[in-house]
Amino acid sequence: MSTHDRSRIEDFLYFEADLLDQWRLPEWLALFTDDALYEVPCTDLPAGASPDENLFYIADDRFRLGERVKRLMKKTAHSEFPHSRTRRIVGNVRVRAREDGSLEIGSVFTTYRTKDGNTDLYFGSAVHVLQVHDDSYRIRSKRCLLDGDGLRPSGRLSILL
Amino acid sequence: MSTQAQTRPAILVDSATHTFKVNRRNFVDPDIFEAEKEQIFNRCWIYLGHASEIPKPGDFITRKVAGRGIIFSRDSQGAVRALMNTCPHRGAQVCRESKGNSKSFQCFYHGWVFGQDGALRSQPGEASYPVDFKSRDTSRMSAPPRFDGYRDFYFVCFDPDAQSLADYLAGAKEYLDVICDQSDAGMTVVAGTQEYSIRANWKLLTENSIDGYHAATTHASYFDYLMNTTGGFVVGDPGNVGSVGLDLGNGHAVLEYPAPWGRPVARWIPAWGEQGKIEVDKKRAELTEKYGEERARRIAQLNRNLFIFPNLVVNDIMAVTIRTYYPEAPDYMVITAWALAPKEESAWARKYRLSNFLEFLGPGGFATPDDAEALEHCQRGFRNARELQWNDISKGMNKERPRHDDELQMRAFWTQWNKLLFPATAAARQSSAA
Repeated sequence: MSTHDRSRIEDFLYFEADLLDQWRLPEWLALFTDDALYEVPCTDLPAGASPDENLFYIADDRFRLGERVKRLMKKTAHSEFPHSRTRRIVGNVRVRAREDGSLEIGSVFTTYRTKDGNTDLYFGSAVHVLQVHDDSYRIRSKRCLLDGDGLRPSGRLSILL
Repeated sequence: MSTQAQTRPAILVDSATHTFKVNRRNFVDPDIFEAEKEQIFNRCWIYLGHASEIPKPGDFITRKVAGRGIIFSRDSQGAVRALMNTCPHRGAQVCRESKGNSKSFQCFYHGWVFGQDGALRSQPGEASYPVDFKSRDTSRMSAPPRFDGYRDFYFVCFDPDAQSLADYLAGAKEYLDVICDQSDAGMTVVAGTQEYSIRANWKLLTENSIDGYHAATTHASYFDYLMNTTGGFVVGDPGNVGSVGLDLGNGHAVLEYPAPWGRPVARWIPAWGEQGKIEVDKKRAELTEKYGEERARRIAQLNRNLFIFPNLVVNDIMAVTIRTYYPEAPDYMVITAWALAPKEESAWARKYRLSNFLEFLGPGGFATPDDAEALEHCQRGFRNARELQWNDISKGMNKERPRHDDELQMRAFWTQWNKLLFPATAAARQSSAA
């Protein structure tokens, strides 16, 4: 298959979004490589900022991302119990091949979250670095850049973007 | 304020029966919300920012403080300044950038230009104004009525007659000292600002920030995580040597207790590996040399959740965070949080500090979202406030020396809050108790 085939990559991103919307988080986690990163910087930082030197909202390595997923499957993750309902729309997908054979995927997202009578909107862009894996892809890193002024009024990132 | 609000007590205190109750109306009543603006936010010293946020001459940031727009800046001589961000001409907000570096500020509406000290430098059509116009006090951008700092924490106050900042901070100064003494070079705010909100009354976050009682249940899933990373940590009882909750005067309070988690300054955990042990041990040795064993142990091993009335929290826990928050409605607050760190710490320490911060703190952490959920569910519970009026914060009143997981800290806050909002009632209670 052609690793540059955008429609295949779009299918992959839609599949990822659908797993999250269905709260199939362990399956979502399985999309990531063992050395994966999942990051959401604060909105007053430049796009390429490092979490080693700057305060983020989220900067998970694969271990902590696994713990995040475990947490979100528990009743004691109070902020997501009962689970909120979410719907993600992913678009404007662009593909760039990298020298090491991986792919850098730019996309934009809008995610709605409803819980207890409030509906909040998260919007921004995402950069995935994908490794070609068998007939599909694995996520080596995912960085979500929020476009809002901080997290107001959504308040929290208790869901996965 | 309505007659009802004036005649029905906001708090009920009876030390003989160890009773301390807070009326739930205080969290929902629009009259209370308005009275707080006047009696608290217009009168108390309010946190503006940290000197490290404007390190170079000409640096500025703009910030909303107690509803006002303020420019926090460093002038060409290096002095830290604050200006009310409004044009003396027709009132427009002058500076519209969140941060930058500039020798002057220009209002884009009619083009008036102001120096870093607020003085009017030029305005288009000068010939149409009297010659002394520029030098008039009414032609310049004004400083807030009061502006002062303590150990690089800068505050403003909108009451010209307020007591000095040093007097206002009272016993909180010593705890700011302990926090700042972990660095020789001074503390710095790390780049990256967490800005979020909670659909709850702002005073619920005051209570929550200094609540050592809720952790085991609200943060059960965080402690599960901690077990997976460090191992051997006992939930709910990290030992109580030195565990204390204190009233620091003027509504300020602190809880201090042994850390169950790693602290970059300076308590090592196995998850940080050998390099981490070398770094943390070195820091600890430096502290001991400089401050002696006892104070070094306190700086290194104890957590501090410090509350400065009315809306500043400096929590020195698995990382150090500065947090401030404002009510925008009785049931909605906005929160801003920063990470504070020693300027001179190594790249290793900074990385682990920030990693530590994020696993617990902030709207994407493993704990803060559950606090937000708890606060929002308190706010929901207060829908029943007409029939069920009272919150209980009496835990530990029967002890001579309440622990960090008692509720003395909250009683200190509410006592001061009541004194400012209902001075007559508070004075009557004091005289009847005497």
